[in-house]
Amino acid sequence: MMSFWDQVRAAVKRDLLRERRAGEVFWITMPFGSVALLLIPIAVGTDLPLLRRIGPGIFWIVVLFFGALIAVRRTGAETPAQRDLVALLGIDPAASFTGRVMAGGLLLSGFQVVAGIVAVLLYDIELDSWPWLFLIVPLTAVGLAGLGIVAGAITISLNASPALVPLLVAPLSVPLVVAATESTDVLSTGGSILPWLLLMIVVDLVLAVTGVLTARPLQETQ
Amino acid sequence: MSIDPPLIKLRSIGVRIGAANILRELDLTVLSGEGVGIYGDNGSGKTTLLRTVATLLRPSSGRGMVLGADLASAERFKVRTRIGFIGHIPALYPELTLEENLKFITRVTGKSSSSIPVALETVGLSSASSRRVDECSYGMQRRAEFAREILRSPDLLLLDEPHTALDASAIEIVEYLVGQVTESGGAVLIVSHDRDRVAPMLSRVSELKAGMLS
Repeated sequence: MMSFWDQVRAAVKRDLLRERRAGEVFWITMPFGSVALLLIPIAVGTDLPLLRRIGPGIFWIVVLFFGALIAVRRTGAETPAQRDLVALLGIDPAASFTGRVMAGGLLLSGFQVVAGIVAVLLYDIELDSWPWLFLIVPLTAVGLAGLGIVAGAITISLNASPALVPLLVAPLSVPLVVAATESTDVLSTGGSILPWLLLMIVVDLVLAVTGVLTARPLQETQ
Repeated sequence: MSIDPPLIKLRSIGVRIGAANILRELDLTVLSGEGVGIYGDNGSGKTTLLRTVATLLRPSSGRGMVLGADLASAERFKVRTRIGFIGHIPALYPELTLEENLKFITRVTGKSSSSIPVALETVGLSSASSRRVDECSYGMQRRAEFAREILRSPDLLLLDEPHTALDASAIEIVEYLVGQVTESGGAVLIVSHDRDRVAPMLSRVSELKAGMLS
């Protein structure tokens, strides 16, 4: 039997290869998210100072909605037969959870980068301390991916429709989205980013511990 | 002379799903080297029985031991890697090629990927190894599942309606796999609605009716 991290690597590789072939995130969700960002100025008008002020918030709400969409798709894409196989292969459910979070985090990071460029161009957002984004983007992506996977597993164990996933993800992601919005805002207005980064790290850690500890019980009730 | 303990020993097993009693007071013993068939009509509980033996469902009542592990305890997680299971819906990743699906299996189980070409050859899929699963017919997907179990070489093989969508040459693959497992001291449990198709390759067959073996 392979080690925990070998199993994590195998799960990441499998999920990324599946996404590369299916292209749902890159060819459907990304353009759709960019269009959503484009629609906001049409709705609120092209008042640049206003767009600049509300831009970070809008961006993170779009990330949340499309992150939830990705989670729904990924939950629906796994069949009961595939879940049975994963159990019988003896893959540690915690390794499976970790691998899926890492793959989901990478995909969401990619989504954030593309949508982020669109948002900066459309809303004229100034990011003086942009290198902080190298921390903000993955912390948010991993958190949302973890939430999506835990919510997906709960939905499956309750024998409910994947449509329930966003209902679970949206309220639980509030601290993450608030921290991401505030930290991005701080990058253009100045101030200390550390409390918001700390909040994101705490949320991610809580999700990681919850995901790892509930992975086996959730797998067994599916 | 030592007598090997049964690989499957179910005593008064009951499985309840929702409000329905799917299996009731079911007794079953399968010894090392045996191939056992269970046949029954749709809804008689065949798949539930197989999933229970595969440790994927916990019995609601009774006592069950599979490969020495109690079905009600955490021991069952440890024996899962020794159980091969082919359900009637293929457990393959449709976006991956047949070879990539098998590589995933060898990667997570620590087996060598050098046996993949031989396994694909055995099931007659050598020329389709780089074809995506969603571009393969149902019959080819079933063959790929047999290739997976050839790679895994389980001690206990569970087959759900193994003849579905398979042509005559593929039936030989089922027989080959059943022979390979039983001859190496393992056991095979097959469920099917068609008694006549499974009986010739097995030691014995029983009928499952309304969740009970007769």
